[in-house]
Amino acid sequence: MISIKNVQKIYASKQGQVKAVDDVNIEITEGEIFGVIGYSGAGKSTLIRMLNGLEIPSDGTITVANRVVSKIKGRSLRQARQEISMIFQHFNLLWSRTVKENIAFPLEIAGIDKAERTNRVNELIKLVGLEGRENAYPSELSGGQKQRVGIARALANNPKVLLCDEATSALDPQTTDSILDLLVDINKRLGLTIVLITHEMHVIQKICHRVAVMEAGRIVELGSVLEVFKNPQQPITKRFVQQVTEPEETKETADHLIERFPKGKIVQLTFVGEATEQPLITNLIRHHEVTVNILQGKINQTQNGSYGTLFVHLDGDIKEITRAIEYIRSQLVGVEVLTNA
Amino acid sequence: MLEQFFPNVKWDRMWEATTETLYMTSISVIATFILGIILGLLLFLTSKGNIWENKPINTIISAIVNIFRSIPFILLIVLLIPFTKLIVGSMIGENAALPALIIGAAPFYARMVEIGLREIDKGVIEAAKSMGAKTSTIILKVLLPESMPALVSGITVTAISLVSFTAMAGVIGAGGLGNLAYLEGFQRGRFDVTLMATVVILVIVFIIQFVGDYITTKLDKR
Ligand SMILES: Nc1ncnc2c1ncn2[C@@H]1O[C@H](COP(=O)(O)OP(=O)(O)OP(=O)(O)O)[C@@H](O)[C@H]1O
Ligand SMILES: [Mg+2]
Repeated sequence: MISIKNVQKIYASKQGQVKAVDDVNIEITEGEIFGVIGYSGAGKSTLIRMLNGLEIPSDGTITVANRVVSKIKGRSLRQARQEISMIFQHFNLLWSRTVKENIAFPLEIAGIDKAERTNRVNELIKLVGLEGRENAYPSELSGGQKQRVGIARALANNPKVLLCDEATSALDPQTTDSILDLLVDINKRLGLTIVLITHEMHVIQKICHRVAVMEAGRIVELGSVLEVFKNPQQPITKRFVQQVTEPEETKETADHLIERFPKGKIVQLTFVGEATEQPLITNLIRHHEVTVNILQGKINQTQNGSYGTLFVHLDGDIKEITRAIEYIRSQLVGVEVLTNA
Repeated sequence: MLEQFFPNVKWDRMWEATTETLYMTSISVIATFILGIILGLLLFLTSKGNIWENKPINTIISAIVNIFRSIPFILLIVLLIPFTKLIVGSMIGENAALPALIIGAAPFYARMVEIGLREIDKGVIEAAKSMGAKTSTIILKVLLPESMPALVSGITVTAISLVSFTAMAGVIGAGGLGNLAYLEGFQRGRFDVTLMATVVILVIVFIIQFVGDYITTKLDKR
């Protein structure tokens, strides 16, 4: 659906040239939710804006839905843009138009007649759950509702691809989740390919199938979300993964736990994919002479399985503890015995 | 009652002068609105980072606008005499004032239009582009509607200036309340005529201000 080949974007600035995007290669398949994560200034916006021709690559080729968007101009670019729509961090609604009129805008651009526009707008209002707010002006809506208008507007012309530039960064966590749920729903229902950029790993974890990690214009890591969570390679990726898997205090907590339980062992278990669904603790107690004390844990759902960590305290005969740990390992669960730091 | 305080005022002349002033003001406001929006759009669109970015054209329009905006109106009328004679055919009467009124006010208004357009969130223009909008659609459906409150409050201010410009033009012979106040009032020492003409001008200005403010608040949905 989307093919990014050897793409570079160089900006000329007073201080010299800025390589905003540096030799990026990505293939995104139809129906996929693909995330790009990176810190501020990594080049994420520049990259996503090249997908609908808002920026033109300095080098390389970008193909979206069989159109070479990096080459086309004028009328054909405008037509392509009706198939590649975009939502924005600050929503970018027309304040002079009501919800209904905002959603109708892309339909006016596409030259759809009035009666059909009205029908389509009503459909979209239902799809994004804005019934009853049709005649409100953007200034009368909450952030989450504004983004729903943005999404409805983006879907108006039945696009093939939806680009999301930090679409949830201006929203509170709860609203973020409801917007993300809506995006997953749309992806499943309409088979829409979604590309989203963010600096929050939570967003990636919650809805993306695959993720690319971007640093200083380059893609430094790319893979399925679960794979990246399980086995992050680059230091920057590890930091992003930590954003969601371990709370900040974990390290301190671990030290604290070791002090509190001088006997036995504190073990950190890491579950990935199906491993989260087996009755591990039950089996552990049934087959081994150990007491298991659950201290702390967290399980994260991703689009291709879950990922979780659990801190337990094992007590009993030292040999039995060792055997128990071996058993856990055999269940394809990661085990790390914590020692004093 | 009125006759007592304004013994020298000829009401039919006063009314005639008022309609002349209203005529000059409304024609010049309409023309200034259109010309100012065109110039303001050009200034905005050719400026850096916009759709028709073009340094030379922007510099030229900007220079013309600044020059005409800086010439005192009274001198502009005099400077434009040959031009006015050419297109109106005379220097006397309301129509003779129109070229100077429009040329004096349009650049002033164009700057206000440009400022109004600059206040539009860049993101909204970009959103329209990302939907595949043509430049004409962006102008008609994004730029003008989104800046409409600023355009209306700007034309209100401009219209009020135009009322006072018509009075100045009147002194030179263009008719209207300024002409009446000067010829019948000042030159013949009839203070009451000058005072009455002033009152009528003030009423016109207050009405323009009131209507302009009302429309501006009605339009502003931000
Ligand atoms: N129009 C431009 N002219 C010059 N430099 C630019 C331009 N746009 C972006 N850049 C530079 O390119 C780099 C990448 O910017 P970009 O906006 O793509 O980052 P980002 O990853 O989206 O960051 P953020 O999370 O802050 O939005 C930055 O160093 C930025 O200064
Ligand atoms: Mg950005």
